[in-house]
Amino acid sequence: MTEVKQEPSPIAANVKADGSKESGRRVAAMQRMKVAVGGGDQTGAVASESVFEVSNFNAYYGDFRAIKDIDMSIPMNRITAFIGPSGCGKSTLLRCFNRMNDLVPIAHNSGRILYHGVDLYDDKVDPVEVRRRIGMVFQKPNPFPKSIHENVAFGARISGYKGNMDELVERSLRRAAIWDEVKDKLKQPGTALSGGQQQRLCIARAIAVEPDVILMDEPCSALDPVATLKIEELMFELRDEFTILIVTHNMQQAARASDETAFLTMGEDRAGYMVEKGPTSEIFTNPKNRLTEDYVSGRFG
Amino acid sequence: MAGRLGTLGSGPEVQESVRRALEGTGVDWRSRIWEAFLVFSLVVSFVFLVWLIASQVIASIPAWQARGVVDILTSPTSSDPEKAGIGQGIVGSMIMMFIVSLLSLPIGVAGAIYLEEYAPDNFASRTLNTVIRNLAGVPAVVYGILGLFFFVIVAAPLTGGRTVISGGLTLAVLVLPISIIVTAEALRAVPASIREAGFGVGATRWEVIRSHVLPYAAPGILTGIILTLARAFGETAPLLLVGAVAGAFATASNVSFIDQLLGPYTSMPTLIYDWSRLPQPEFRSLTAAAIVVLLVIIILINAVAIYLRNRYARKW
Repeated sequence: MTEVKQEPSPIAANVKADGSKESGRRVAAMQRMKVAVGGGDQTGAVASESVFEVSNFNAYYGDFRAIKDIDMSIPMNRITAFIGPSGCGKSTLLRCFNRMNDLVPIAHNSGRILYHGVDLYDDKVDPVEVRRRIGMVFQKPNPFPKSIHENVAFGARISGYKGNMDELVERSLRRAAIWDEVKDKLKQPGTALSGGQQQRLCIARAIAVEPDVILMDEPCSALDPVATLKIEELMFELRDEFTILIVTHNMQQAARASDETAFLTMGEDRAGYMVEKGPTSEIFTNPKNRLTEDYVSGRFG
Repeated sequence: MAGRLGTLGSGPEVQESVRRALEGTGVDWRSRIWEAFLVFSLVVSFVFLVWLIASQVIASIPAWQARGVVDILTSPTSSDPEKAGIGQGIVGSMIMMFIVSLLSLPIGVAGAIYLEEYAPDNFASRTLNTVIRNLAGVPAVVYGILGLFFFVIVAAPLTGGRTVISGGLTLAVLVLPISIIVTAEALRAVPASIREAGFGVGATRWEVIRSHVLPYAAPGILTGIILTLARAFGETAPLLLVGAVAGAFATASNVSFIDQLLGPYTSMPTLIYDWSRLPQPEFRSLTAAAIVVLLVIIILINAVAIYLRNRYARKW
């Protein structure tokens, strides 16, 4: 197994959180172990080990095919952005990575998403266990209408966390870069915070269960530019410990805040498909496909 | 019809034409008539309600004056208008409300949780939903016949036949569909984003329901259940069938609470029904007094429900 190579971004270097290094190493070590167990034959010659290998994946709602024939690999400890016009299935695809789409009664799929070599949709796989390892941040900030402390502690408690809960809450809030703003009001409801703070609270809630991957479904679409920038800085910081997948409508955001970008669009049958995927700089400056070029230059979508 | 304004530049003529256009042509009679009709509809329903309450309050005054509030509220039933009171009716209704809330709260909430959170969206669950909604509209007397058969006859060894237990069970079955509906509405009001948040951190369905959905829906559920209790409180027809007609609790000092439960009984609405058919003129005023008490209790129950709803109203 090769050592996971990090490219520290300038932002991440500036705002590194206390104590995040060590737990980052621990997570990376755990991930290597999982890969070894799961059979790391999927990694191939990519620069970074991959967390997900998607092959020939289709998602349906009833008879309607929402996404078709997706093949991609998601690199570990990188930020991968999904961009594309509305309705192209980016959110559906994202929600398939932690089986959130199972909650839609008419949703079904075909093909495979391998997570460290294990098929997420295998009959023996428990979606609850999947979601503990692959956390999610939603489009609209959705803190529980409970205290800030309880918002963060809930996930850890149900997953059987036995350590010091106050410490975990503080650590998670620090890693989500919101501790200083809320440390004096942990008993107050999370819903009383501003939109940007709520979203960072939701990120703290997600990382409190020590996931491996964080899925972000347009996390900044309801936020102002300042709050958006804070979330983007936070993503760079979290990249050391987590693999991040983000769906975004905002192309500047994808350009600024991701390492890899996948461009999806939809065909005549309204089914979304992936046009191309590559390093973000390639996609935005030197796309291979004319559809991608039109989209990132603002000529379409 | 109206020409375009403001294309002629400025000046007094333009200003005058704009004024004429903006000030309109005077009173719009059609909308006034429509508005008057709407107000009239509201007034009609309100007038009848006020008239009903006022007439009963006025009719009850002689009884309150002759007997005193405490005497009427606490005296047992009697065929002698000098002694008759509604104490037993209140006790009977309270015992039945207790039985109703004991049964319809847990069963109704559990049924609603299954329907809303667990049942797959298929033909069977949609049919079940429709049936429950229709059951809520079935005339109460039908539930009385059901209660007569199941609780008074079939389950007689358990309920003791025509007892307050049978009455309470019948009312519980009567309000069960309503309990399920109000609980389901309260559960549905919890936004999907909260459930997603729970699932997103790896909670199981039951953990999401227990820790989030139920607590946030609780005020709505409570309010709805209280309102269904008010409905049960005023229900008469099924109780006439399951034996509350002329019955009254045994009141002798050597009679225990268990004996009361298993003996004859009465309730507020059946008492009113009985008294209204008695020939003595004094009972007319006593009936009105009982009606006033029944209305006050129901209004109080509703007030509690409204207070709870406002107190715990949640903004998402």
